[in-house]
Amino acid sequence: MLIKLTGGTVYDPASGIDGLQQDIFIQDGRIVEAPTDGRPVDKEYDLRGKVVMSGAIDMHTHIGGGKGNIARTLLPEDHRMDPVPRTQITRSGNGHAMPSTYVAGYRYAEMGYTACFEPAVLPINARQAHMEMGDTPIVDKGGYVMLGSDDFLLRMLTANKDQKAINDYVAWTLNAAKGIGIKVVNAGGINAFKFNQRKLDLDEKNSHYDVTPRQILQTLARAVKELGITHPLHVHGCNLGVPGNVDTTLNTIQGVEGLPMHLTHIQFHSYGTEGDFKFSSGAAQIAEAINNNKNITADVGQILFGQTVTASGDNMRQHANHRFASPNKWVCMDIECDAGCGVVPFKYRDQNFVNALQWAIGLEIFLLVEDPWRIFLTTDHPNGAPFTSYPHLIRLLMDRSFRNDMLATIHPEAQKMTTLASIDREYTFNEIAIMTRAGAARIIGLKDRGALSAGNFADITVYTENADRQAMFTKPDYVFKDGELVVQDGQVVKVTWGTTHIVKPDYDLSIEKDLKPYFDKYLTMKLGNFKISDDEISEDGRGSLTAHPLRGAA
Amino acid sequence: MTEITEVPSPFCGIGTDDLAIHIDGVSLKVTANGCAVNSPAFEQPITDTAPQINGQAVSLAAAVDKAAELLRNTQQPLIGGCATDVNGMRALLALADKSGAVVDNINFTAARRNLLAMQDSGWMNTTLAELKNRCDVLLVIGCDPEGFAPRFFERYLWNNDAMFLDNTGNREVIFLGKAPSGNASTSPTGKAASVFPCSDADLPDVVAVLSALIRKQPLHAQSVGGIAVSDLQAIADKLKAAQYGVVCWGAAALAYDHAELTVQAICNIVKDINLQGSRCSGFPLGGREGDQTANQVCGWTTGYPARVNFAKGYPEYDPFLFDSLAMLTNGEADALVWVQAFNINSKPPKTDLPTIVIGRSGMSFDKEPDVFIPVGTPGIDHPGHAYRLDNVVAIRLKKLRDSGLPSTAEVLHAIEQAL
Repeated sequence: MLIKLTGGTVYDPASGIDGLQQDIFIQDGRIVEAPTDGRPVDKEYDLRGKVVMSGAIDMHTHIGGGKGNIARTLLPEDHRMDPVPRTQITRSGNGHAMPSTYVAGYRYAEMGYTACFEPAVLPINARQAHMEMGDTPIVDKGGYVMLGSDDFLLRMLTANKDQKAINDYVAWTLNAAKGIGIKVVNAGGINAFKFNQRKLDLDEKNSHYDVTPRQILQTLARAVKELGITHPLHVHGCNLGVPGNVDTTLNTIQGVEGLPMHLTHIQFHSYGTEGDFKFSSGAAQIAEAINNNKNITADVGQILFGQTVTASGDNMRQHANHRFASPNKWVCMDIECDAGCGVVPFKYRDQNFVNALQWAIGLEIFLLVEDPWRIFLTTDHPNGAPFTSYPHLIRLLMDRSFRNDMLATIHPEAQKMTTLASIDREYTFNEIAIMTRAGAARIIGLKDRGALSAGNFADITVYTENADRQAMFTKPDYVFKDGELVVQDGQVVKVTWGTTHIVKPDYDLSIEKDLKPYFDKYLTMKLGNFKISDDEISEDGRGSLTAHPLRGAA
Repeated sequence: MTEITEVPSPFCGIGTDDLAIHIDGVSLKVTANGCAVNSPAFEQPITDTAPQINGQAVSLAAAVDKAAELLRNTQQPLIGGCATDVNGMRALLALADKSGAVVDNINFTAARRNLLAMQDSGWMNTTLAELKNRCDVLLVIGCDPEGFAPRFFERYLWNNDAMFLDNTGNREVIFLGKAPSGNASTSPTGKAASVFPCSDADLPDVVAVLSALIRKQPLHAQSVGGIAVSDLQAIADKLKAAQYGVVCWGAAALAYDHAELTVQAICNIVKDINLQGSRCSGFPLGGREGDQTANQVCGWTTGYPARVNFAKGYPEYDPFLFDSLAMLTNGEADALVWVQAFNINSKPPKTDLPTIVIGRSGMSFDKEPDVFIPVGTPGIDHPGHAYRLDNVVAIRLKKLRDSGLPSTAEVLHAIEQAL
């Protein structure tokens, strides 16, 4: 079937197209060149006056895995306020902060998103992450596999294993757990918490292993680069939420010695200690460091006011932050000599000084980082806010007067501590398209996604331009996923199943000679039973795997 | 005759995956690393393979049609048991969504004791590999780990090597409440567990006193439930002094009213120790034969653990109102679907309502259900996934033989499609 999207105003930064009226043709799930052989168009959509972008990509959102299910179980009261009935074509479920998987897929699609990436896949919990993502309809998905607090890696570092051996282990784990990138969360800190260390600075040693977070970050960043994994090491830094952590973050940037590194939810890592409350914005310094270090990318992890739940692998910091739990209940877990997790409900309040300033710091970072290809729109769903608040966030970025109106309502001392009012910048459609599409596809390493030129998969979102950007981005006119119309007027009209994006870096199989006895002696599962097989993803008849090329490969 | 090794078990809950099993046609024999739970569960012979309507053999298609017919005009069907693998639960929830059913896991009333505590104040828990490598003091409150999973101590306490313990035989094991049913808790070097027995009825008081001692509250009592307060003080001191203490309890064993308050007190003891500067973790012992699988899959599909009602067109959670046994007793249901792919002795509750059983081959009935569809067992007749008791690890179950029995997922999906 040949589909023609006629006359829309196209924003396709991957092709350098910034608001040009263009026709787009779709055939067999892909975008194709305008037919020259006279074959008839089977279905035409008149998009004159409408804004056309590729499907949005959330490069950091907690949509699958054990901690998310703990968060769901912990908060039945949050679901009760947002029941989602079944329809002829969609399943029932529940929403708000940590929605059920079906609802998450529908709501992402209804917002124009066509791919989501779970950033904290514990290798030992990867099956669950894939099973939950396998029950998340319409959108594509993928995960970053967590390393850095696993005892095997730390033992290797203590034993001064060479980089090649580390690379083999990283690649082996990525293949076994089926991810597209490598994540590190509070490098070594989750492990140190098990030895009763309650904080771990960048150059502080794990009391058992004598290894520092800086070493772990350098080693893993090098492994990612040498293995040719496109997505840079995805780093949740040390000292999350701690006033003064801006210095840690700046040190982290310097410490990685020019290697590619992605700093995630950087808002939570951009705090100074100035002012009467000893809490201040480090956004300007962070933005300057990002602007000056081309090897660095970041997503913001914007907070927005209201009830949510924080779910993180960083149980060291989550345990420390449990005193802010609202409602007052929380879960921490140590997990399988692999990692951990902490789940703490939060209610961010605009009349709370710290929360109000966190809000402003996130926006400052968005607006002060100059290159939209290196900064990404996230709320670290659900940690800063549920993903359903993205249209509101886009309005804050695109509409200075709206932003200033909101600023005027927050805690007055926080208003004094932010430069936000003096920042004139408003994001353009092109910049939003970079941040949420072209840039995201590039940083994750997705081939043939996030762009609208011929050859790409036809993941396309169509909006009606509206001066109220929140309204505009809340309800697309059309969303096409792999060429099929899945959403019309902000409602799911067809349920499809996206693919799971992975990379498969090569490794020396001899790494299993070290791993097998380690599994037999210390872990609770046989090595062979640990590795996830392809059919586990595809045997339900809906899932599929798409392997992406490594750097340097064709 | 073939032998398959490194076979994972969905039966014992502790993720045993070192079994060796001889396969001769459809007969299985556990030849290595079996136990009183796993060996009979694997070796259970196949009996019925044909579906039945009122005890008469019929085709699978006919049984599916009949099941759909029985469910078609119901107002409040119940789906009980819910003992199957991940794909089975997925299909079960799809059927429940379409038919407006209550979904109620067989052991939810026991799990509720944990869930109520967790949903009220949370917890700090750990998993088996941490226990295996770190735990130097294990306090077992009111339960019997070896009765639950015979190889619990062998695999996770008396392992030869642990990364962070010089000698696993030096671990300290303390029982509070129930005494152990056997000697598995005695270390290979002969170090026996300390046992401080009390009746279940006294456990709330005993745990409350332990909690007070952890919090350094003054106490006038000299003993509680027959246990000297000084002994409890010694336990409190050992937990605080431990490198990595673990407190284990079993919700199913706390079979008294408002046992969730005991669970909550135990969880708060763990939290308090962590707040006072030592590491300590909880370890809930429970969840075999698909219990955790049911709660996990229901959790991500609905947002709630496995006692939900889809009657309104969306899932509602109520850990008391949607108790399927109570609903049957109170006449609040009009059909029963019983799903039990693991255990032939776990039979549907007695009822006069139309009853559909999706059960492991070998199940027999006092009164034949309207429809019985024998299914294969996950991890024997078809591959699948099952959660371990620690809830983090999903194990990959293997197919061991060709029995021709359909999976729970296939049958429930077919019924859903026929509705």
